[in-house]
Amino acid sequence: MPKLTTELNVEAPDDIYEMIMRMHDGLDESQSRLVNARLILLLVNQVGDRGIIEAAVAEARAGIA
Amino acid sequence: MTGNFSIHYEYPVYDAVVPDAVTKGTVEEQPIVIVGAGPVGLAAAHDLAQHGIPSVVLDDDNTVSTGSRAICWAKRTLEIFDRLGVAAPMMDKGITWQKGRVFARDKEIYEFDLLPEPDHQFPAFINLQQYYVEQALVDAAIEDELIELRWQNKVVGVETRDDGALVTVETPDGAYRVDARYVIACDGARSPVRKMLGLDFVGRVFEDRFLIADVHMKADFPTERWFWFLPPFHQGPSTLLHKQADDIWRIDFQLGPDVDPDEEAKPENVIPRLKAMLGEDKEFDLDWVSVYRFQARRLEKFIHGPVIFAGDSAHQVSPFGARGGNSGIQDTDNLIWKLAYVLNGKAPASLIDTYDDERVFAAIENLKITSRTTDFMSAKGAVQTAFRDAALTLAERHPFARRFVNAGRLSTPTWLAESPLNTPDEDAFAAGIPPGAVVQDAPIRTASGEGWLLNHVGGRFVVIHAAEGQAPPVPDGIEIITIGGDIEDSSGRVAERYDMQPGTTYLVRPDEHVAARWRSFDPRKIAAARSRALAES
Repeated sequence: MPKLTTELNVEAPDDIYEMIMRMHDGLDESQSRLVNARLILLLVNQVGDRGIIEAAVAEARAGIA
Repeated sequence: MTGNFSIHYEYPVYDAVVPDAVTKGTVEEQPIVIVGAGPVGLAAAHDLAQHGIPSVVLDDDNTVSTGSRAICWAKRTLEIFDRLGVAAPMMDKGITWQKGRVFARDKEIYEFDLLPEPDHQFPAFINLQQYYVEQALVDAAIEDELIELRWQNKVVGVETRDDGALVTVETPDGAYRVDARYVIACDGARSPVRKMLGLDFVGRVFEDRFLIADVHMKADFPTERWFWFLPPFHQGPSTLLHKQADDIWRIDFQLGPDVDPDEEAKPENVIPRLKAMLGEDKEFDLDWVSVYRFQARRLEKFIHGPVIFAGDSAHQVSPFGARGGNSGIQDTDNLIWKLAYVLNGKAPASLIDTYDDERVFAAIENLKITSRTTDFMSAKGAVQTAFRDAALTLAERHPFARRFVNAGRLSTPTWLAESPLNTPDEDAFAAGIPPGAVVQDAPIRTASGEGWLLNHVGGRFVVIHAAEGQAPPVPDGIEIITIGGDIEDSSGRVAERYDMQPGTTYLVRPDEHVAARWRSFDPRKIAAARSRALAES
């Protein structure tokens, strides 16, 4: 079963971070939440592998309440 | 606590200089007038002197930098200072460092090493108060007959024409005028010369205020850059701790937007913040305090007829990343050889225009990088805050997330990838140093002993060639150093860092950037690339 990648796997992470910040320009809070959720669903579909998505869900939740 | 005061540094006081033109009422003539005896202006004067060109440096003060100000000097800057012959006293006094740690709340989330590879003459960084850097530059300038330092000479007017500028200067004993072919304005972020020319300096003002406290204490923290997000000892978003010479520590508290700067600078308000961080019982003295808010802005163009801007007068960035002072030194490194070649009749005047192409490109890069850091550190609103906290919390367990945490991307030399002076690669290189990038140092051996490759380039065009049989003839005006000939690649690092094979040839500019490279030695191609790098074609 493939494992969740925790080493850096994208080029130019600062560019990517900036891209996400710019995605939210001009949006109010509820619009931003919606856009974040849409982005997660798009990326989930791109990843495809259910095991990876399960592992990512667990890591995202780990340590938060 | 502010002003010309330090418990541990005695400010030199230089005598005012009153040139003959004041009493005679004549107009003095000079090829180059430099405004501002800060690190950038003084480096410019030294570089000109290396090309045999005299300069006059005007400064409205009578001493060096008030307060420690710029403290982190990058490897590239040290290499440039070494070429100018002034690095030794800075290396003696400076604190060498290359490691850093990043904390979030009360946990260390990761550490980094800025120069993980061995075999470089200079470290990734030294920390040294700006006044020591300036003093080293002034001490050397006093010994140099081509540099004339004029303290308490305040520029009050600049009239430009196509072929020069008439500068009006006030001294304690009266005013005079000097007619200069070129004026290099290195007069800082508030540049009076920029204002006299009525030039726009546009960009963003960041709302958050920061408190710098320089503290003298005996502390056994390692000489690393420590950065806290949401520090447990401070209410604000971040704190930075960094060591300087003389047991002075730079502590930088991010205060947020809604504070009174005058109140925050008062010792009775600074000391409790320091005690919360260092412990109630820690003994320390406050050496210097400054409350600042930073800006990200630049001139649209750095060349305005005979007036050329360099350093903070041309571009101002946030300090996290050490991209202010270091990029200013890269400005003069880029500008001065071009001015010198033009003044010495070895290149067309259009070469100077390429300073604008190359250093505006660099300023845009530095502004982009430092603005991202600021946006991360001063995350505003629910979304930015959530993403910052996501990166910080994931970074503890997941290495990838550390690369999204942004506590400053420390100064590296700009790769001038789009410069019109570059000759693009036509041969295959898998690695090495591409056209427009700065060359890398490496240990070498010559007949006179062990040394460093960078000590054999710079100040003129040099070909670095990997030996392949007979040493070939080189075009006029270019020197050649042959790896495997007069220079031995004693550690193998030259081959590794330059992707060298027998025959590989690099043409290196006077500012140690690569102009062109090939897999074989062709004198006609070298001559053509040199011509291009001089803006002749």
